[in-house]
Amino acid sequence: MPAANSAQSEGPSSFAEAATLELRDVSKRYPRQDEPAIADLSFTVGAGEVCVLVGPSGSGKTTALRLINRMIPLSSGDILLGGRSVLHRDPHELRREMGYVIQQIGLFPHQTVAENIATVPKLLGWDKPKISSRVDELLELIGLDPKDIRPRYPAQLSGGQRQRIGVARALAADPPLMLMDEPFGAIDPINRSRLQDEFLRLQELVRKTVVFVTHDIDEAIKMGDRIAILRQGGHLAQYDTPAEILMNPADEFVAEFVGADRALKRLGLSTLADVTLLAPNGVKPDGLRLPLTTTVRDALSQLLAEGSQPIAVVDDDGKVAGVVTLELLGRLLA
Amino acid sequence: MIGIAAGGPVIPNFGGGSASFACERANRLFCAGWVSRNWDTVLWPALRQHIVLTVIAVAIGFVISTALALVAYRRNWLERPVLIVTSILYTIPSLALFELLQPSFGLSRTTAEIALVSYTLLIMFRNTLTGLREVPPEVRDAATGMGMGPTQSLLRVELPLAAPAIIAGLRIATVTVISLATVAALIDNEGLGVPILTAISNEVFKTELIVAGAMAVALAIGADALLVLAQRLITPWTRAR
Repeated sequence: MPAANSAQSEGPSSFAEAATLELRDVSKRYPRQDEPAIADLSFTVGAGEVCVLVGPSGSGKTTALRLINRMIPLSSGDILLGGRSVLHRDPHELRREMGYVIQQIGLFPHQTVAENIATVPKLLGWDKPKISSRVDELLELIGLDPKDIRPRYPAQLSGGQRQRIGVARALAADPPLMLMDEPFGAIDPINRSRLQDEFLRLQELVRKTVVFVTHDIDEAIKMGDRIAILRQGGHLAQYDTPAEILMNPADEFVAEFVGADRALKRLGLSTLADVTLLAPNGVKPDGLRLPLTTTVRDALSQLLAEGSQPIAVVDDDGKVAGVVTLELLGRLLA
Repeated sequence: MIGIAAGGPVIPNFGGGSASFACERANRLFCAGWVSRNWDTVLWPALRQHIVLTVIAVAIGFVISTALALVAYRRNWLERPVLIVTSILYTIPSLALFELLQPSFGLSRTTAEIALVSYTLLIMFRNTLTGLREVPPEVRDAATGMGMGPTQSLLRVELPLAAPAIIAGLRIATVTVISLATVAALIDNEGLGVPILTAISNEVFKTELIVAGAMAVALAIGADALLVLAQRLITPWTRAR
């Protein structure tokens, strides 16, 4: 059913299928510059996957992102979205199929939240009732009350709300691909972590193909199904899952970039639910309890703080599922 | 008829003869009776002509300066030459400009309008261009990134965001033209400048000057208030906090 893949014919309450994105030997050279900004970059992002582009400044990660929607023309190579080259397409039409979120958000100050979210649907010529119900649906999806938030102007929103609206606006026409350039970079750490969690929850629902740029390796590890680590000059240093990158960094540069604490970071990738816990013998009734959703890294931190005392782990219903000790985690790491 | 015989006609438009001309005969500074008697024949037509002169000049000036600003927004090199030319036009004394234009266009409304338009260009060009340039780069980037073409971005995003600056320019230009259009009476003999000039040429009687001057000021304030109101309606977002 090809119609099911079209954002236009699809009514609210459902999301079109994501598309694969493939970069083939993509290069970008600027005139009067010896070194290319991007050099022979090749990787494939599976449909519905989050690919994080990460690297130090000057590694060309934002350039790479902007090559994909042709905000920057590429010098050589090809980019395929859903198997179709983006080079032969009208760039404006192409961009309407790619959700676009940037660090400074770029909400239109003269338009209400509802008008901002309606931007791409309007460009695509959707009718008014369809746009309106789509706006409500997206606002509910990002956990904001449509009645309250629709008529507000961006100046009347908090930083976190603005960022959420930015994501909703990018999702509005149900694009098969989302491009996100340091979307949470300007948010304070507590709210950033909350927005990251919210985005992951959202991604579970909408399953878009996402290219996500950040300079923060911790954010990359948290958000990415796969991480592309770029080095100076737009060379791809490694492209792999977070676990693989942390376990087997391809070279010195990657090892240094992910940090000396990469073993600890790896512990952040799994939760106590992934660990075979010890039998709950002699659990103190008033002792500390950790939920199964705690990351192994946080559990380790708690164990160290508790003076290596065993800690009981409880499931969603509050029932004790087992006990975690420092030795147990030590054995896991070995 | 008694009046003429008694006092001698030192007052313009002095026709009737009754006790109500006492003020005029005494050459007082301000005669309210004269105003009410001459409202329909002198003052109201002058005000209407003044409004027409102003609206035409501001409208033409707005179209020209907006067009120039839009072109200079896309082609930066154009800004300097346009600024130089409009600055020169702006600094020419109005009387001199009327004299310069008069051989080509005669003592006509055209001459007056050309001069008035030339004074609006610098203000509105600079305001519009600045307003467009001050659109935050991330907003422009978002518009392009979401698939707007240059014209769509200009019409839906950049011009609306530049509206406060554009209207600010329109306000200054309008007030300037209302004030300058009184001088244009020298050329085409219409507008509130006519009663003012009559009063100036008349040594004694000053009511016309005071009334017409006050009307010009009131017109300027009224036009400015109207534009402020228009801005509030067009840009509700500027007051949203």
